[in-house]
Amino acid sequence: MKAELTKAPGTDKKLQLFGKPDMRTYTMIFALIAIWVLFTFLNDTFLTARNLSNLFMQMSVTSILAIGMVLIIVAGHIDLSVGSIVGLTGGVAAILQVWFGMDTGTVIVATLVLGALIGLLQGWIVAYQAVPAFIVTLGGMMVFRGILMGITDGTTVAPLTGMFKMVGNAYLPFAVGYGLAAIAIVWTVFSTLRKRQSRIKYGFDVPPFSAEVGKLVLLAVLIGLFAFVMNWYKGIPFPLVIVAGFALLFTFLANHTPFGRSIYAIGGNKEAARLSGINIKRNTLFIFVLSGLLSSIAAIVLTSRLDSATISAGQNYELDAIAACVIGGTSLMGGSGKIFGAIIGGLVMASLDNGMSLINLDSFWQYIVKGSILVLAVWVDIRSRRQKA
Amino acid sequence: MKTYALEMEHITKEFPGVKALDAVSFQVQSGEIHALCGENGAGKSTLMKVLSGLYPAGTYDGTIKIDGEPKRFAAIKDAEQAGIAIIYQELALAKELTIGENIFLGREPRRGFGIDWDQLYYEARKWLEQVGLHFSPDTMVGALGIGQQQLVEIAKALSKDAKILILDEPTAALTESEVETLMGILRDLRRRGVTCIYISHKLNEVFALADSITVLRDGKSIATRPASELDENKIISLMVGRDLTELFPRVEHTPGEVVLELKNFTAYDPENPSKAVIRDISLNIRKGEIVGIAGLMGAGRTELATAIFGAWEGKKTGEMLVDGQSVHAKSTLDGIKHGIALVSEDRKRYGLVLDQSIKNNISLASLNRLSTSSVIDANEEIRQSNHYVKELLIKTPSIETAVGTLSGGNQQKVVLGKWLLTEPKLLILDEPTRGIDVGAKYEIYNLMNRLVAEGMAILMISSELPEVLGMSDRIYVMSEGAVTAEFDWRDATQENIMQAATGGR
Repeated sequence: MKAELTKAPGTDKKLQLFGKPDMRTYTMIFALIAIWVLFTFLNDTFLTARNLSNLFMQMSVTSILAIGMVLIIVAGHIDLSVGSIVGLTGGVAAILQVWFGMDTGTVIVATLVLGALIGLLQGWIVAYQAVPAFIVTLGGMMVFRGILMGITDGTTVAPLTGMFKMVGNAYLPFAVGYGLAAIAIVWTVFSTLRKRQSRIKYGFDVPPFSAEVGKLVLLAVLIGLFAFVMNWYKGIPFPLVIVAGFALLFTFLANHTPFGRSIYAIGGNKEAARLSGINIKRNTLFIFVLSGLLSSIAAIVLTSRLDSATISAGQNYELDAIAACVIGGTSLMGGSGKIFGAIIGGLVMASLDNGMSLINLDSFWQYIVKGSILVLAVWVDIRSRRQKA
Repeated sequence: MKTYALEMEHITKEFPGVKALDAVSFQVQSGEIHALCGENGAGKSTLMKVLSGLYPAGTYDGTIKIDGEPKRFAAIKDAEQAGIAIIYQELALAKELTIGENIFLGREPRRGFGIDWDQLYYEARKWLEQVGLHFSPDTMVGALGIGQQQLVEIAKALSKDAKILILDEPTAALTESEVETLMGILRDLRRRGVTCIYISHKLNEVFALADSITVLRDGKSIATRPASELDENKIISLMVGRDLTELFPRVEHTPGEVVLELKNFTAYDPENPSKAVIRDISLNIRKGEIVGIAGLMGAGRTELATAIFGAWEGKKTGEMLVDGQSVHAKSTLDGIKHGIALVSEDRKRYGLVLDQSIKNNISLASLNRLSTSSVIDANEEIRQSNHYVKELLIKTPSIETAVGTLSGGNQQKVVLGKWLLTEPKLLILDEPTRGIDVGAKYEIYNLMNRLVAEGMAILMISSELPEVLGMSDRIYVMSEGAVTAEFDWRDATQENIMQAATGGR
């Protein structure tokens, strides 16, 4: 996100000074636009306010998982258990409410604690017992799914009460939506200008002021347009607000805190990180706790949206989350990746799902297309990198 | 009439924005050992990559002739077929395979559909004898030392019928005795008519071996002369394009109170807790002095540095005092808190996150100090990074440049910057000038003198005796995990240090 704000067209030479421009993210945004244009031609309901609203609803669960997955992958690990954690914590949440009649607030807190504890357990085994994350979370994937089947006895737990149902299904009132959009625009302008000033102060090159303004105007229009389109239907979906909130929070965490820097350093060069006084074990433990926590948040959104918990809830979500990260530029080798990229990656995957369903493509084709796109995205990236080198 | 095994004429290779090689001519006579010298970034590696086919014909201008015949190498395989073999600094052997399997990897002798193992090991033994390596060819390569692995590489090259052998910094990781062995084998190969190109920063080796010397500077060939016409000073001035009157800037230091004291300090192998890797070490380092640690590979010098810093993972006994206070550095974080910094010997493996910016690398060991309530002060981070880029003369377009793109000397300065930002009382430098060019070395020596003048204590580990002799105020010599001698710099000579390092009294 950081590099984005300093970029402007036509300043190639200067851009190099800020490190390599993040071509991957731009490629993905173009790919996303191409996908949208394609589906708009194939089906005239794709680009309606109603469908876009659905699309954003659909992407929310995967995106929340992808945010945590970026950190895990950047640190050089993998978490295959997030789908099962979604299933289990969602199941527990539904049971607490439907069978034991607990109120929504208590249920949410309990669910979050459970998610964090699961992450703590897995993180401890990975970090302090040195069992590879692939194995620990592969095991976790089976164990948590098994526990879910056991405690629900294979039944569907439903229905939830009103408040809980709201989390995944509510829309912001129009006025609140516009208000948020306005705040987002003001904040974007303010932070871009402040950043520009700081760069000038330290003698960095900055893009021409006109380019910066043009970019801000474009961003403002996009944000405004988004709010307008969402309000055209029912308003900005609440789950999307959750996604945006966590995306911002975790981007900040990744870029501006010692914890975030440590994660990137551990993934980039573990020995150098250790010798720089970074506590590898504790940081590794913590990212798994965060991944568990985010999984339980995703579980609350999903359970609420479906108004029920089933034993298959969240199945294969880990793969969608990993795919979103990888499409969005996260390197499976560790050390690099961006949360913003993963959100775009998630949007690409959700758009494919949504569009292909709209045009009634057989589900076997849907799998084939999604899998191919994943490999294609990484192939394009590796090729473009090789040409640069 | 001289015959040339290799003639490279007017080789020009450009990368976007950089001319790495500018009409370089490089001629090697048949059957000679030809040294290729130059600062880092002078174009030695690029030239060898052109020669080995790594940069295929067409991506550069100029001609390559082998034994007088023009050649175009479209791939590494073509160069190999023409008899060119490169042995890189980083060895390219499969550690989990045997010596024999490595030598014949990809071209195993066949019997029917299978591999003729008997013939493979029989042949392998023959090649091993040629390089004087007396190991069974079914030994795992991983069980060999670095020097022995290098000999396996040479055996492999010979088995491919290499006529031109290129060695890129072959002795960077070797002990003195391994260097001797290697030199003996190269001389032996010369007798048998193998042409050898020897790339090295170590000028004493160059003079001990080479018949001719070519110097590159800034992508241009500066001179090719018989070794007998040159001496170290002449080469250095050709390499840097100026005279270095004194390689080691000797400055009088006035040591203050003791910063670090070790009493009967012992550390045990983490994998084998009964084996002490450093034994019963007692030493002290004062404020404002440079203490050198000399010794051969495996004498326990790096282990000592690691243990003082707190990065040692095995058991430690004995006492360590910082400013007279007994401390137990259990982790690197403890070390940093006690004001100790360690610039490790392998900057790429232990010092830097290569994909990340100079700024992120410099701040890496000081993140907590740069933060208020767990948020990094971005302005302060930029200020400090800029400060060290300027103070250490790091050549870079910006502090946001990835360190992986910098030259070795500049990378080393980034590591130094990272540790100086922690404001250490004791700076441990493990091989601070390994693999960096003469100009950058000189800058680092000056920096060391400046830091010591400001009151820092420096503990310097070095395998280059001239460096130890030239920079230290006091010298401890280690052998087999123990300190065997202590010298004032005025009393120390190469001879008495080597004697103590080899365990003799």
